[in-house]
Amino acid sequence: MDKMPKWADVALIPFLNLLIAFVLSGLVIFAIGENPFKALMTMIDGAFGSTYGWGYTLYYTTNFIFTGLAVSIAFKAAMFNIGGEGQAMIGGLGVGIACLFIPTVLMPHWTIALVFAMIAGAIFGAGWALIPAYLQAKRGSHVVITTIMFNFIATALMGYLLIGPLKLKGAQESASASFPDVTNLPTLHELLAPLGISFSKSAPANVSLFIALAMCVVVYLLMNRSRLGYEIRAFGESPTASVYAGISPTKIIIVAMMLSGAISGLMAINATMGQHERLILNAVEGAGFIGIAVALMGRNHPFGVLLAALLFGFLYQGGSELSLWSKIPRELIVVIQGLVILFTGALDNMVRMPVERMFIAAAKRKDA
Amino acid sequence: MDLFLTIIQIADSGLRLATPLLFACLAGLFSERAGIFDIGLEGKILVSAFMSAAIAAVTGSVWLGLLCGIFASISFSAVHGIASITFRGNQLISGVALNFLASGITVLAAQAWFSQGGRTPPLMGEGRFMPIELPFALGRSDAEAAGVPLRVLIDQANPIQQIYSEFISGHTILVYVALLMVPLSWFVLFRTRFGLRLRAVGENPAAVDTAGVSVIKLRYASMAIAGTLCGLSGVYLATGLGAGFIKEMSAGRGYIALAALIFAKWKPVPALGATFLFGLLEAIANRYQNIDLGGFVIPVQFMQALPYILTVVILAGFVGKSVAPKAGGQPYVKER
Amino acid sequence: MVGAKTEGQQATVAPAIELRGISKAFGPVQANKDISISVQPGTIHGIIGENGAGKSTLMSILYGFYKADEGQIFIHGEETQIPDSQAAIRAGIGMVFQHFKLVENFSVLENVILGVEDGAMLRPSLAKARKTLKSLADEYELHVNPEALIEDLGVGTQQRVEILKALYREADILILDEPTGVLTPAEADHLFRILNGLRDQGKTIILITHKLREIMEITDTVSVMRRGQMTATVKTKDTNPEELAELMVGRKVLLRVDKVPAQPGENVLDIKNLRMVDDHGVERLKGINLNVRAGEILGIAGVSGNGQSELLEVLGGYATATGEIRINGDPIDLTGKYSDGRSRRERGIAHVPEDRQEHGLIMNFPAWQNIAFGYHHSEEFQKNALLMDNAKMVEIAQDKMDRFDVRPPIPSLEAKSFSGGNQQKIVVAREIERNPDLLLVGQPTRGVDIGAIEFIHKQIIGLRDQGKAVLLVSVELEEILSLSDRIAVMFDGHIMGERMPDQTDERELGLLMAGVTGEGDS
Repeated sequence: MDKMPKWADVALIPFLNLLIAFVLSGLVIFAIGENPFKALMTMIDGAFGSTYGWGYTLYYTTNFIFTGLAVSIAFKAAMFNIGGEGQAMIGGLGVGIACLFIPTVLMPHWTIALVFAMIAGAIFGAGWALIPAYLQAKRGSHVVITTIMFNFIATALMGYLLIGPLKLKGAQESASASFPDVTNLPTLHELLAPLGISFSKSAPANVSLFIALAMCVVVYLLMNRSRLGYEIRAFGESPTASVYAGISPTKIIIVAMMLSGAISGLMAINATMGQHERLILNAVEGAGFIGIAVALMGRNHPFGVLLAALLFGFLYQGGSELSLWSKIPRELIVVIQGLVILFTGALDNMVRMPVERMFIAAAKRKDA
Repeated sequence: MDLFLTIIQIADSGLRLATPLLFACLAGLFSERAGIFDIGLEGKILVSAFMSAAIAAVTGSVWLGLLCGIFASISFSAVHGIASITFRGNQLISGVALNFLASGITVLAAQAWFSQGGRTPPLMGEGRFMPIELPFALGRSDAEAAGVPLRVLIDQANPIQQIYSEFISGHTILVYVALLMVPLSWFVLFRTRFGLRLRAVGENPAAVDTAGVSVIKLRYASMAIAGTLCGLSGVYLATGLGAGFIKEMSAGRGYIALAALIFAKWKPVPALGATFLFGLLEAIANRYQNIDLGGFVIPVQFMQALPYILTVVILAGFVGKSVAPKAGGQPYVKER
Repeated sequence: MVGAKTEGQQATVAPAIELRGISKAFGPVQANKDISISVQPGTIHGIIGENGAGKSTLMSILYGFYKADEGQIFIHGEETQIPDSQAAIRAGIGMVFQHFKLVENFSVLENVILGVEDGAMLRPSLAKARKTLKSLADEYELHVNPEALIEDLGVGTQQRVEILKALYREADILILDEPTGVLTPAEADHLFRILNGLRDQGKTIILITHKLREIMEITDTVSVMRRGQMTATVKTKDTNPEELAELMVGRKVLLRVDKVPAQPGENVLDIKNLRMVDDHGVERLKGINLNVRAGEILGIAGVSGNGQSELLEVLGGYATATGEIRINGDPIDLTGKYSDGRSRRERGIAHVPEDRQEHGLIMNFPAWQNIAFGYHHSEEFQKNALLMDNAKMVEIAQDKMDRFDVRPPIPSLEAKSFSGGNQQKIVVAREIERNPDLLLVGQPTRGVDIGAIEFIHKQIIGLRDQGKAVLLVSVELEEILSLSDRIAVMFDGHIMGERMPDQTDERELGLLMAGVTGEGDS
């Protein structure tokens, strides 16, 4: 028999984990001499009070959907991909190269440019995950360590390229030339205008949001309906049983990591192509790491990831508004992010054990 | 300035930059030798750097700062211990979470406390650790006595005196403490009962358990040691190497220390070698932006990435094999 | 503790160990039930029983790993609480586990002193241990290089280190759990000489084993365990292997399965000179020759750990081997690209693995996903080129669960939520219904309730009656006897001989299983 009902596992425990994380965050705000409730109201207003706020919230949400899905696929295969940050950076490089160097005659419309950019971003991101995956599969070196290393190497590589070869000549900033106009993606403002909905012109949310939503569906189908997803999940649950079933561990490790890297890389269509429209140094802004919190909170389910990404999108946008209107710096969201990962990830048992005991005791009382 | 003196100066700077790495690397060594992965070195360095700088700034006493820095780092270690030992949580996730927590909370606290954009006020006088001039080394007093700048005095000295004055003398006390920690760690790990048990618990906790020794206590002890050493790393960063806390000042040192740990195959003396090497790389990268090797230019970013690249090469097994403690990362569950 | 008891001890008749009414349950499983036993000092006492009879649980209670639900422990006549290993060590109990508890990259000396060092510094402790070890070595013929690293030592030597560890802790009661499982016969003989020496020095030894030969060879008294209970304690010289085998296997009502005589056809499986070396470099299969014909059940009897599991692993495609295996006359790949489980299934081999939780099922997957496990590439589960047909999988699962009487018949329930018997029915339903040419079955009824046993047996025979070949591995002799059309006995990686079930009995098979070949044997 199960120790507790499924709804407790799927909803109650994550809710309690989150609650603890948020209460502690509130206490942190209180401790630095601010009013947590007022802060919360400011954040809600900043994130959802205007189409401008919505535009930023959804922009961040888009980033986090990609990175959250990426981390969740690796988690499903029982691997911890901390390298989303680096993979997204290198994915951005791929997107940038596609936008800068594919002749515009081949890209007569932004949709075609987007296809090219997506392919390039996915390939670059997957490639950046390949070496850690290979080392895990063949040498047993922990993918966690190697992906961390690859994050730093990615930072250095991007630094080198944007100060050297890819830098726009004569410019002060470490950034590439602007992408050709044809590669610029329509923003929500442009997309919604024909429908008669007026949306903030300056907000960065763009068509990538819909790609991200579609990606949730694709990942759902991949993981829950395809043979590959079946094999990935089986391997993650039980490597020994997988071998019995004829599933190759080497193949699964490499494929799952490359998928994870590819989806991280796709994040760049939102940030690099959609927002910055050129290669810059820190386009990822830690979204790769937030993906970890998003995946943990979303229980590795695409729909959960979507909700968690929206929550973090809100925190991100609300947090930056908060830093404008109060003395609370943006880093508050990093604290919340840390607490969410801690309580939903590492300290899960702290909540789970007593809740389980409670249900067992309740079941016993019923029996008696 | 001649090449010899340049090399000495780079080595001198390398030693300074290696010190926080060395403390953190030894912290990781104690933790991982006891079977607990510690991705959270970075966060512990950061909280300790902040706490020590903040307390030193407020009280004017670097020693109080040191105590509080270590305390902050140990608190983080304790959370890591509770998550990974008591609640058998995922050690990697716990470490990652603590890193984020540290990176956010330090800025929040610094801003609330000092309102200087997430930094502490610059430390002065008793607020930071000052270089110690070893006996017979050329120092400021010698320069004043001779009536020439110290630079000139060292330039004219003989090579031994140059090495002694530039490289060996003139560091803060914590640099010497870090160096002392190397033989001390070696001694504790390989020459004491505690060390034997600690190493055993990282290799085969069941052997320790069946021998009637508490696995849990040993692992918490390792957490305390790792917390202390990481604390020292952060303290040095903020009050020795720097003069105050700046946000994200750990700048990936916790991860470089992990890389050094793999490089050093989880041994104290090689840890000194590995961290000194990585310190040197940083010193070189700081001194020369791009290194021109007769037409072929090594970009500075390559030097910055070299520790990570080297670690991946090691992990790939191209340069010797690095075998981690066997029980690393797994919570201990009693079984027959 | 009690005055009277202490007097009893001084009368020098107190047993070294006395257990009274020990019971221990793990959830619904009663691992030990009201066990009482008394072991005289200076003797070797054997505890024999099949896998899962509860021997190891009993000894773990004695060593403080588990706490008994009920019962008392007396050491040298004195009631003793053993809440942890430390207490067991203090009470003079030493244990040599089946899986050694050694730190591989430590030296012998370091392993020996771990936990009982003298003082905070290692050097003096090591020096003292070096001296003590030398005298122990001379006294008990336990020669080991104290400076050698464990990882460089063979298993036999590692075991000696475990014994030295116990002796160094001044244990006078030594428990050995299946000590010869990993040893070669020569190493086992050496171990027995050591144990004899220890007994002559007045040590008390408890030997847990399922090998009759060892019991007969070395013990003074022997207790037999069966299904968590102590069924008999006798003096070894007053018994014989036949009687022990009977006590061990039990005489319960045989589940005779109604079956018509087999009508064997062509060879489906041909195995020639099959050899297999495991990850530790130990040769597990030492030249197996076997064949199974269509419409026939070949039962492989044997005490577990004699190569049967490895044989199934090789056939099932998750271990590599050398030699030759033919299916319907065509050789199959033993090492290359097509030696995996998927290729085997495509060649018509279905496999009910020995350990359904470790191999046969994904415990966190719902039943309907487990129904496709291993066959997830098969046509019937696909909707189109990209997607699997989940609705159809649920439908197929529902159908199979109904027909195989899986309870509760709910496809969305996770595998871990079913009882052992129902989990096994899911596996059997999946494998049998693939209509394989050859069905591999390992321990089909381990941890399965009586009702399910009967059902599963009927399914296996049903498959045979359809003209399929079945290779059955089981440590339950009665299962082998009631199902098989032909029986092969495995011992130490060899086939000891083949028998027809109606021309043999448990006694003869038991002896073959113990490695004793009768006269005139093939």
